Amino acid sequence: MDAIILQILNGLDKGSAYALIALGLTLIFGTLGVVNFAHGALFMIGAFCAVTLSRILTLSHTIVDPERTDFLGNPLKVEVPYIHDLLGATAGDKVIDWAVPLSVLFAIPIMIAVGVIMERGLIKYFYKRPHADQILVTFGLAIVLQEVIKYFYGANPIPTPAPEAFKGSLDFGAALGFDPNVIIYPYWRIVYFGFSVVIIGGVFAFLQFTTFGMVVRAGMADRETVGLLGINIDRRFTIMFGIAAAVAGLAGVMYTPINSPNYHMGMDFLVLSFVVVVVGGMGSLPGAVLAGFLLGILESFASMREIIAIIPGINQVIIYLVAILILLTRPRGLMGRQGVMED
Amino acid sequence: MSKTTLTRRGLIKSGAIGSAGLALPTIFTAQSAHAFTNEPTGSTVTLGFNVPQTGPYADEGADELRAFELAVEHLNGGGDSGMLSTFSSKVLQGNGILGKKVSYVTGDTQTKSDAARASAKSMIEKDGAVMISGGSSSGVAVAVQALCQEAGVIFMAGLTHSNDTTGKDKRANGFRHFFNSYMSGAALAPVLANAYGTDRKAYHLTADYNWGYTTEEAVRSSTEAMGWETVAAVKTPLTQTDFSSYIAPVLQSGADTLVLNHYGGNMVNSLTNAVQFGLRDKQVNGKDFQIVVPLYSRLMAKGAGANVKGIYGSTNWHWSLSDAGSKAFVKSFGTKYGFPPSQAAHTCYVQTLLYADAVQRAGSFAPCAVAEALEDFEFDGLGNGKTLYRGTDHQCFKDVIVVKGAENPTSSFDLLEVVEVTPVDQITYEPDHPQFAGGALGTCNNGV
Repeated sequence: MDAIILQILNGLDKGSAYALIALGLTLIFGTLGVVNFAHGALFMIGAFCAVTLSRILTLSHTIVDPERTDFLGNPLKVEVPYIHDLLGATAGDKVIDWAVPLSVLFAIPIMIAVGVIMERGLIKYFYKRPHADQILVTFGLAIVLQEVIKYFYGANPIPTPAPEAFKGSLDFGAALGFDPNVIIYPYWRIVYFGFSVVIIGGVFAFLQFTTFGMVVRAGMADRETVGLLGINIDRRFTIMFGIAAAVAGLAGVMYTPINSPNYHMGMDFLVLSFVVVVVGGMGSLPGAVLAGFLLGILESFASMREIIAIIPGINQVIIYLVAILILLTRPRGLMGRQGVMED
Repeated sequence: MSKTTLTRRGLIKSGAIGSAGLALPTIFTAQSAHAFTNEPTGSTVTLGFNVPQTGPYADEGADELRAFELAVEHLNGGGDSGMLSTFSSKVLQGNGILGKKVSYVTGDTQTKSDAARASAKSMIEKDGAVMISGGSSSGVAVAVQALCQEAGVIFMAGLTHSNDTTGKDKRANGFRHFFNSYMSGAALAPVLANAYGTDRKAYHLTADYNWGYTTEEAVRSSTEAMGWETVAAVKTPLTQTDFSSYIAPVLQSGADTLVLNHYGGNMVNSLTNAVQFGLRDKQVNGKDFQIVVPLYSRLMAKGAGANVKGIYGSTNWHWSLSDAGSKAFVKSFGTKYGFPPSQAAHTCYVQTLLYADAVQRAGSFAPCAVAEALEDFEFDGLGNGKTLYRGTDHQCFKDVIVVKGAENPTSSFDLLEVVEVTPVDQITYEPDHPQFAGGALGTCNNGV
């Protein structure tokens, strides 16, 4: 029982990342009809927003410490962050420590801008082109974006830790009456799960309860009629692209303490997120979220050594097996709508 | 007056002898022009440096390339001569190799076996490379080593740690300076027993490929020989990025030590996840929970950040070593590039010097002559103390460095501290050791 609870918990944060990326993908597909293979790159750019803010906060000047020497035997150059000069060492370190949460605010305008530029500058020229063309161009864009990031930040992962206050893990087991240390879950992953629930809830509320959202939903259902009513649906869809980019970017920002960001982290999530979208049902927002959590939890279960002992290698293929099974029994996915991607 | 009788048989005989006579010099010339693959005939000799220039190991590849450039500079008489001044063999004079100026071409392995073979093949066939070196993975090393064997050029392996490179996949044309999984296990186990005791329960997470298997086997057998018990060993996919579902059950298993048989991005992520789960703050079986990383690299340690603090591992070489060779290399490299070299850079630099030295001593670039010069060659002054290039398997035997994540690093280079330099005797094994079983060195190939 404890092992099952543990793997459900593990699946939640993994599922959170899948759900957030798949949500953005579905938003773009549902509004613009574009299959965006650059969406993983947006997740990666979000993560690098956190890296960038960390670097800005730790911008330093050097002072020479004559007491110590560097690796060549020269007097050691010690880097002192400017923020220490501005706020003092204690307060400065506190701000640096909170770089990742602060990056959420930093990333929102950047990601919206990246999304809008991407849509206006490239994607819009491919609306009427076949999906294969869209996949090729967005996949190419993803490669360009990750190579740009590699050029500026290198190929190695860059540690971007969570604030000190969120280090360590919560002993769920002790709280639930199990033995101590049996069910543990890191504090930051709890934060990540909570954050993703807020973002997902926020996107649904935005679409459900605002006029803007109502128009977008109407446009998703019947773009031509909304246009005939004199509403500039294209402009709204461009904004939705920006919002979808921001959702992916924020997922990336908050993911950085879980795994040190690197330039190809977007690709690691991209294929799985597409599977999530297909399993959830193309164009279905609740389907994307449901499938994200479902597949995240299943992936965690498949990683249990008791299961690997029975079916070796199941941990590497479980998501695809489940996807095949669901698509065989429900060709439109869990919550897919009739007519979407069926023409 | 003599009488000449021309018969048909006589004409054929004379023609055959005459033809053979005319052809003889051509045969000799042809043989000497192509005595071995890519025999250098001009005033330069070309070496091929095959490193990951793209992909996740690109930073390590860039460091290897810097070291190769430095080695070429020193061989051609430039710079401060680096380790040439400390190398026990004194045949290299800074005038190239056998009087030929050293030039080089580079290839991109992408850390993929097929891409690495393609780039090595191109350097051999199109650029005339007489030796191939570099690489950052055992899969690549084994693939390129086999290619070099077929092509008839020498392969001086870069960073490759799997036992198989000089075990079941060894080749007569391939040579490895870098240490291997067995040596890591043999060096680490006594240090771990000393630090954490002999009554430990270990849980292994192992990257699901060749290097992971040999490392797990080596560390398991060494630690079990010290009294540790292995409670579980779980293989993790090479493409895994989030290891939470593998790490969370560790405490349930009753293990008090986690061994991460991971390298590169796998190691950065699994270690980060393990620390995140607070494993190091836990007490199991009345002991503090510990994590071990059998193969460390400074570049990787940088990716894991503060998570490496206090965690033991092993390394082929470290820039903080105080022997004359290491100091000379760090000075050369640090002055040229502004930061200390990695272990990957060190092994690539040393392999280039060792190749050049062997050619010089052999008096020939012919792979079989070079191989003979390298086999059972004993040397010193290249950073790991007295070293033997064993002839039976082409593996270098030298001291191994046990390191620990620095508690209070003073710079971004100062992430690991040397705990012990394990003497070569402690990590030497017989050529027929079970961990190296299978395969045969075969005979060297001059190509052509």
